[in-house]
Amino acid sequence: MNLRRDVFQAIADPTRRAILLLVTSHAMTAGAIAANFDTARPTVSRHLQILTECELLKQEQTGREIYYHLNGQKMKEIADFIEPFRNLWDDRFNKLEAIMKNYTQKKEERE
Amino acid sequence: MERKTKINAEDGKQDLLITREFDLPLELLFKAYEEPEIVAQWMNTKVLKLENKKHGSWQFETSDAHGNVVMRANGTIHAFVPNQKIIRTFEMENAPDSATRFPVQLEFLEFESLADNRSKLSMQIVYRSVADRNRMLQLPFAQGINMAHNRLQDVVNNLK
Repeated sequence: MNLRRDVFQAIADPTRRAILLLVTSHAMTAGAIAANFDTARPTVSRHLQILTECELLKQEQTGREIYYHLNGQKMKEIADFIEPFRNLWDDRFNKLEAIMKNYTQKKEERE
Repeated sequence: MERKTKINAEDGKQDLLITREFDLPLELLFKAYEEPEIVAQWMNTKVLKLENKKHGSWQFETSDAHGNVVMRANGTIHAFVPNQKIIRTFEMENAPDSATRFPVQLEFLEFESLADNRSKLSMQIVYRSVADRNRMLQLPFAQGINMAHNRLQDVVNNLK
């Protein structure tokens, strides 16, 4: 449970969201990612560590370099997180609609 | 199937907007919120109290298939204007742990008539904080994951 909560904490931070956007198009090294920010390199490293720990980023070794790329599956999970809440209400409202349609019919039959 | 309910939750805000259009005339849509027996049916709950008036209050109780009470909720009604609006509070009672415990929330329900026996409900829910709102949005998501875990646990237990 803690791990998953971290995913939402991870994307709550603007710098981390910016990092995710950066690696959307292609995998990048930590140095190349850090070059896009004014913040100190260790700060960026810490962000990368958090994103990797909650599996939003994946590391890939190419030669001596470690490249970071986006874990699409995990991102999709987050994009979908509001869906169960919407489905809950949609199911309720569908039921309401069905009951009230039936209610009209019953009323008409009585009249 | 297409989902007709829309949810608008803006980043960094502590409210959310739920909207839904119904194939029902306005009066019938409102009746579904007014009559305790009908509320009980579509909310799948027992309606202990529903006083549809200013300064009135309401209380629901939901049980599982074995008759154990799983949730009780209550609130106060601040405005009740038939076929137009309901303003009320919502509070869950006796939540088992801090993850499912939420401060009271404020709800503004607006009902409007659309053409051809159609109607629309707009529901604005205001939470105490941005974090509370996000937690509420995640609740069914988290429960879904819990259920998946429980199912997995059942399967594993059966293997033993």
